[in-house]
Amino acid sequence: MTLNQTIMCLAAAALLAGCNSSTSTSESSAPSVIPEANAAGPIAFAPGLASALPSSEVRGWTPEGDPITGEVTYAPDVPAPIDRDYPAKVIIELETTEEVMEIADGTDYTFWTFGGAVPGKFMRVRQGDTVEFHLKNHPDSKMPHNIDLHAVTGPGGGATSTFTAPGHETVFTFQALNAGLFVYHCATAPVGMHIANGMYGLILVEPPGGLPAVDKEFYVMQGDFYTTGEYGAEGLQPFSMDKAIDEDATYVLFNGRVGALTGDNALKAEVGDKVRMFVGNGGPNLISSFHVIGEIFDKVYPEAGTRFQENVQTTLIPAGGAAMVEFEVEVPGTYIIVDHSIFRTFHKGSLGMLQVGGDEAPAIYSGQQSDTEYEAEPLK
Amino acid sequence: MKIFLLVLASMTTVGPGLWRPLYPAEGEEEITVPAFELDEAAVTHRQFLEFVQEHPEWRRDNVGSLFADEGYLDSWAGPGELGSSVGRGHPVSGVSWWAARAYCSSRDARLPTEAEWELAAQASTEEADASEDPEHLAQILAWYSRPGNQTDPVAHSEPNFWGVYDLHGQVWEWVDDYASALVANDNREDGTVDITRFCGAGAITASLKIDYAAFMRIAFRSSLQADSTTRNLGFRCARDLPKEAP
Repeated sequence: MTLNQTIMCLAAAALLAGCNSSTSTSESSAPSVIPEANAAGPIAFAPGLASALPSSEVRGWTPEGDPITGEVTYAPDVPAPIDRDYPAKVIIELETTEEVMEIADGTDYTFWTFGGAVPGKFMRVRQGDTVEFHLKNHPDSKMPHNIDLHAVTGPGGGATSTFTAPGHETVFTFQALNAGLFVYHCATAPVGMHIANGMYGLILVEPPGGLPAVDKEFYVMQGDFYTTGEYGAEGLQPFSMDKAIDEDATYVLFNGRVGALTGDNALKAEVGDKVRMFVGNGGPNLISSFHVIGEIFDKVYPEAGTRFQENVQTTLIPAGGAAMVEFEVEVPGTYIIVDHSIFRTFHKGSLGMLQVGGDEAPAIYSGQQSDTEYEAEPLK
Repeated sequence: MKIFLLVLASMTTVGPGLWRPLYPAEGEEEITVPAFELDEAAVTHRQFLEFVQEHPEWRRDNVGSLFADEGYLDSWAGPGELGSSVGRGHPVSGVSWWAARAYCSSRDARLPTEAEWELAAQASTEEADASEDPEHLAQILAWYSRPGNQTDPVAHSEPNFWGVYDLHGQVWEWVDDYASALVANDNREDGTVDITRFCGAGAITASLKIDYAAFMRIAFRSSLQADSTTRNLGFRCARDLPKEAP
């Protein structure tokens, strides 16, 4: 896998150079590799993320049944779990756009998007699915765009096959070899700017058998933004390349806007619900210390890998990475979702809310029982 | 008619000068660009309409699919009329490389080369070479913060050092060798292509990393094929300097 990732990094470097190769791999200096089946086999937290791989020497599945149109959703919604027990051909369409939207009340920003929103639309497929991916670039776009899906095994994660001029549509097909939760993003030069403008999202590759059932699933994705004006400066704020290079974020946001997950937009659950959050970090620069104030994650799949950790307070999510967190909500109230690099929360916008309704649970959390003065010793 | 065209399409002399390609080949870190003539303004819808009227093979209902994709001139009301929503004096867009070449050829001109275009475009209003002037670069980048395809009439802003208008801030523009800096479709598998020039060295060797707009132009050009049209891609013509009489 490490070697495979190296190849993809090389491909990304080529793209940064503006290398346009939609089919050829002649410029790739590393040999092509078919990743071997994990010999030891992942430990199956049945029915968790781990799953058996086909035993044939070359990994691969044959799609069955009629082609399916893949369901995609806007954050914070997540497509319904997959109830198929066979690999299918799934057709997914995504359109890149460049449009002015509010990044905060009174502040506009020219976002570049996958599907008209930041983060981009959430895609959900099954391990072994053959995905026919259509990337359309809106005719009003100024820029060419492409897509690097971390769920793809192959050069550029699809980026070398999806370099799309404004008004054009490109198609490529990949097989989802590995289960997991993966970031996708634009990888057109200058890559950092395309990501900084919001071109990222998540694709979930379910293991056969799916994920354990929960009551609520949410899609939350962090990103850092760089504007020439300071936080909250009004009007249309241009992107600041200088601040982006200095990693001096003006905004650090969940779901692309100050307040995307607060007030009326807060995530909602009921006491007793099992909640799963698919949490991604688009970056481009910052690592997230993801935390929900007043909750403990019963399970975290760190880096969205196969194995889970239990009883976690804060989990680290790399730029260009993701995690799945699960917890049951026992006590009603408002739970604040933060990047615990906490100045980002109070000064740069990384604050969301989970509102939990239902009956109080005083045995678990009493609420304030008293407030009195006490006799303190004088300080020395 | 000819006089009319000449007035609208007056050229100015640009160069000579030095241009540093973003991904230079060895020994080509600086390219000397001889002086040439370049349209002061981008070709407008009205000018292109006149061309199409004189050369009906370039009407959108006549043009072969090899020479222009489906978006060719699709902002026009009809194959031979602009309609009310198209600004006559605005830069034409939705034109393929083939069509742009044909237009220039009809004027005894040609498309500028990438080196010529870039030489002209690195000038600010004050300097011939502002390629390291942060303010100039920021102005160019600002265009990318404006979404959509709103344009102004050509020659609306201030001309640059050479007397050329709107090289930045209106539409992308075709260059004759748009595919030369990259691996083009036709030579993608060609072993003679110097791959390291384009890919292997990556961004690390880019000669002027602060010029992000140049990265974008390369990315944009490399997304194109000769039949491509996009709503924000226009062109202007160039010409060699007239040979001096012996």
